[in-house]
Amino acid sequence: MKYIDEYRNKDIVKYFANQIKTISNQPIRLMEVCGGHTMSIQKFGLPHLLPENVELISGPGCPVCVTGREYVDRAIAYSRLEDVIITTYGDLIKVPGSSSSLEREKADGADIRIIYSILDAMLIAKKNKSKRVVFLGIGFETTAPASAAGIIKAQTASLTNFFVFSAHKVMPPAMESLIDEGVQLDGYIGPGHVSTITGKGIYENIPKKFNMGVVISGFEPVDLMQSIHMLVKQKENNEAKVEIQYSRVVKPDGNKVAQDMLDEVFEPRDDWWRGLGVLKDSGLKIKRKYHKFDAEEMIKVEVEELKEPKGCICGLILRGEKKPKDCKLFGKACTPSDPVGACMVSSEGSCHAYYLYNR
Amino acid sequence: MCLSIPARIESIEGGMAVCSVGQSTYNTSLDLISEEDLKVGDYLLIHTGFALQKLDTEEANSILATFEEFKKLNDNLDKEELKQNKRIV
Ligand code: SF4
Repeated sequence: MKYIDEYRNKDIVKYFANQIKTISNQPIRLMEVCGGHTMSIQKFGLPHLLPENVELISGPGCPVCVTGREYVDRAIAYSRLEDVIITTYGDLIKVPGSSSSLEREKADGADIRIIYSILDAMLIAKKNKSKRVVFLGIGFETTAPASAAGIIKAQTASLTNFFVFSAHKVMPPAMESLIDEGVQLDGYIGPGHVSTITGKGIYENIPKKFNMGVVISGFEPVDLMQSIHMLVKQKENNEAKVEIQYSRVVKPDGNKVAQDMLDEVFEPRDDWWRGLGVLKDSGLKIKRKYHKFDAEEMIKVEVEELKEPKGCICGLILRGEKKPKDCKLFGKACTPSDPVGACMVSSEGSCHAYYLYNR
Repeated sequence: MCLSIPARIESIEGGMAVCSVGQSTYNTSLDLISEEDLKVGDYLLIHTGFALQKLDTEEANSILATFEEFKKLNDNLDKEELKQNKRIV
């Protein structure tokens, strides 16, 4: 990955740090809503390079973190069925459910496989005709099109033992809901790879409705510093608009093929987000015409009663109201190797990123 | 989970491409992008086994060229930091 180094270039990061100091007079609070950004910001210590009046807070950008315990509990229930193989991205495996985790179930003998792509899950289904293969579909607009493509491929291949359990979510309802609920913000650092799919149109409501800017950002320190600079500039000039900093990848209209694929397979539904509750039209449900591949429709299981862990303030952290260090369990009862809440599990979670880089 | 740097197409066959990032290669589905004008040597952004975006070659090349240039600057700064034994940025 040698080319990444240059977007970590110190001269340019420093240049933007100085630019921000020069133009910034008013206090400004910016939220990043992408777990990749959270990781980068903590890893490279960007908050230390900013003047005191510029505050960065993390939002609900880590898919694993915002997913409800019910989802994990149901995945665990599936994994306990004799003829089921669970396939999942690695992020989810350690997330605590009400009384277990997929990792623990795997240790106890459940057939749970970590995969890189939904295409791997389909191969497993083809090779294991006597089993039902459930793919755990989590992620935002970046990841959901792959699930849609997988379902269409499964249809074409007439797979009858392949199912997707969707917890896919879309980002804009969460971004609007946070402000509606009174979280004080002056701008959003917009998610780079979500926007690669969606384009910038999905955020246009935010400047209009709330008079604050959105800058779609790349993931390297230079990208993030430039995006912060753009947002500070908007604020100082009394502007509010959607801009793309990550233009080497994100096109204004996004990726039409992927958008069509999403529309073909999924429809919006109200969905629950940790820290935000139920948000209208914020989740993606598999459409009726593909219900044969919908695990929720096709595989009935008893799911245990929901229990939330005591003392975990992950929800408040996802709303930007608390920082990981405000949690009494942080770094003590709750660590990446033995996480209490979802925010400590994923490498994109705020608690995890703070634990690694900012203790 | 995702790669955000240009991955180069090494070969294309039946809706799939083999892409390289440095020394590693990845099988990549082309289902999510329009394939018409893809060819060996183009750059793609890939995520969970799917190409999400074609990067036009000029753009990818300019990223790579800028990278080369900055690499030198960065190395110098690293050396400087080592010499002074303190973090500059
Ligand atoms: S440190 Fe652990 S227990 Fe505390 S909020 Fe974060 S995830 Fe929850």
